[in-house]
Amino acid sequence: MNNEITGAEIVLKSLAEQGVEVVFGYPGGAVLPIYDTLFKQNSIKHVLVRQEGGAIHAAEGYARSTGKTGVVLVTSGPGATNVVTGLTDAMMDSVPVVCITGQVPTHLIGSDAFQECDTTGITRPCTKHNYLVKDVNKLSSVFHEAFTIAQNGRPGPVLIDIPKDVQFAKGTYEEKNKIIIPSHRLFEPSPDFEKSKIEEAVELIAKAKKPIFYVGGGCINSGPKASKLVREFINMVGSPVTMTLMGLGVVGSLDKNSLGMLGMHGMYEANMAMHECDVMINIGARFDDRVTGRLDAFSPNSKKIHIDIDESNINKTINVDVPIIGDVKQVVDKMISIWKEKNYKIDTESLKSWWDKINKWKEIDCLNYNNEGKQIKPQYAVQRLYELTKNTKTFITTEVGQHQMWAAQFYKFEEPNRWLTSGGLGTMGYGFPAAIGAQVGNPDALVVDIAGDASILMNIQEMSTAIQYRLPVKIFILNNEYMGMVRQWQELLHGGRYSESYTDSLPDFVKLAESYKAVGLRAKTTDDLDDVITQMIETKNTVIADIWVTKEENCFPMIQSGSAHNEMMLSKDQKQDKKSAEKGKILV
Amino acid sequence: MNKSVYASPDQVSETKRHILTVLVDNEPGVLARVIGMFSGRGYNIDSLNVAEVSNDENISRITIVTHGTSEVVSQIEKQLLRIVPVHSVTNLDREDSSVEAEVALVYIYISENNKKKVYELCDFYRARKIENENNTTIFEIAGASERVNRFIKEINEITKVEIVRSGPVAISSIHKNEEE
Repeated sequence: MNNEITGAEIVLKSLAEQGVEVVFGYPGGAVLPIYDTLFKQNSIKHVLVRQEGGAIHAAEGYARSTGKTGVVLVTSGPGATNVVTGLTDAMMDSVPVVCITGQVPTHLIGSDAFQECDTTGITRPCTKHNYLVKDVNKLSSVFHEAFTIAQNGRPGPVLIDIPKDVQFAKGTYEEKNKIIIPSHRLFEPSPDFEKSKIEEAVELIAKAKKPIFYVGGGCINSGPKASKLVREFINMVGSPVTMTLMGLGVVGSLDKNSLGMLGMHGMYEANMAMHECDVMINIGARFDDRVTGRLDAFSPNSKKIHIDIDESNINKTINVDVPIIGDVKQVVDKMISIWKEKNYKIDTESLKSWWDKINKWKEIDCLNYNNEGKQIKPQYAVQRLYELTKNTKTFITTEVGQHQMWAAQFYKFEEPNRWLTSGGLGTMGYGFPAAIGAQVGNPDALVVDIAGDASILMNIQEMSTAIQYRLPVKIFILNNEYMGMVRQWQELLHGGRYSESYTDSLPDFVKLAESYKAVGLRAKTTDDLDDVITQMIETKNTVIADIWVTKEENCFPMIQSGSAHNEMMLSKDQKQDKKSAEKGKILV
Repeated sequence: MNKSVYASPDQVSETKRHILTVLVDNEPGVLARVIGMFSGRGYNIDSLNVAEVSNDENISRITIVTHGTSEVVSQIEKQLLRIVPVHSVTNLDREDSSVEAEVALVYIYISENNKKKVYELCDFYRARKIENENNTTIFEIAGASERVNRFIKEINEITKVEIVRSGPVAISSIHKNEEE
């Protein structure tokens, strides 16, 4: 047939039809035909990373900041194994990513050929679904299904492994609308799905005396409209709301109903309110162990409502009273109309005394820290960064550790999709490539990676990428020369034996930046800080700002492992009792 | 409650055997997805059976025998449903009635001393002789796992045997279907 095209052309055509604008990747032997086709076209842009691990985090950052699906293209063998961490990260945090990997030619599969690995075998548990495509005529339908699966229901990563001979072979292209995906392969809630449960939930909320909303990343995945509806509903109820790490931005931090983040390093008032509430409304969160603390003491007296698109999250760790399976925006929309229809109103008196109680907890001022002296406190650095960037469209990414928690505590997010962090997997090295992806997707925005000195070194090679594509990403390093969170746990749980958590021989970050032709800045004392931040924002180039912070600052408040929400530690002086500390030590 | 880093001590329900029957698209890797979910999440597989059941629709039926508390087994069911090629998951122990059967092949060493006893026992259990040469015989026995267990226990008391068993396959019983 004359309308046959090569497998590689089918790949590009499928991507174009799916509306893909940019691919993050790294070439190699087994994907050369695709790169050759890429070379001959102009519609899809390729961003060349410096290690495949960077490509997938960049795709995640792109996806989470734009709401589109991130696309990755890497070669077989090491190309594929290098994306495994990022796939797992995207799986844990429900990020839609499609990853294309090259594979050795079909007839060589299983022969231990050069750069061969069992990619689909290795990535099976860390993808939502994956494919090894051996027939060129199935390629387009696989691509269209892969994009649908990545975005459908609870989003996640999908991998397509394509042997080199299939990339060369000729076959027919089928358009997106010609592909019928059997319904069992997708999640499709019907509009009236769970109607009676939703009614039951709304009635429960209306009768609550001490309600709290606990909202998570599911609200963000459901799209900006979901956050709008969630805010609207919470306002109607007049209830306090707390957000998970992944849910920051669903409700604005400055919103009168917001108690900020909850969990291990969350706000005292948020955790206390979770502990003492009588009705808990979980929207798009999954009772993660960083949130719940000790399970047998988790919110002991509340009725729990749980809205989740993934049924396996229901009763996984916490048993709930009213489970609702569905998409946040659809379910909350329905809740709002029922609330209006039935003219519900929470008892004003009890709501007022609930807020009085919460305001008392707020008086503890749990984020308070000692800000004396000329040395920069890491918390203060984040506060200043917030103050100096709050009027600009800013995306914040982070690595993993103390700086991540300080960023979550002290940077105030007013909108969804502006906060990109590795929550579930906790991947050091996520933030910088994610910032690159976010900058590619939002060329005019300010993108800042709040980093630690240890984490940033995990993907520092991407400096080269940032410079090549003129991406003015800002790296804001809270430099304490330690793996700060490891050091903190060693101090609190391992008798202050700082085993391997001090980073000797750190590079000079200013010179490092300059060697990539980026701009390096340094703040040594509080006197330099504002100038450095301002200069960083104003520089139209990639910047590394090396902020020297106090070395042994701990991240508080903290629920130590094995403790409950009402057993928060506010400072170092308030030691956990020895028995539960010993018990907690074995936990992660 | 299920597993969590902060596991709750009040495990209430008891551990029981469950038979799950899973309908899947017959595509490469589907069995690996199913068993990988079990091993990855620390669940048990006591036995597993898989075969294509419809040629035209390319559907296979997997029968898995597992054990766990009802909370764990319900989590297993939900995790199975997350797998893209899975059509449906049925817990046959949750239904009122189901029929199960398995097959065992038994390689028996026969001597003059035990010959009579062996044949009596095989007759009693309606085990069918498949091959017979010199002093060894291969019998096939089919039926509920309980029955196969008893047969194996008794034959073991008589003589040395070698056994292979399929593990049970199961289906909801007709009585159940009539009610629906």
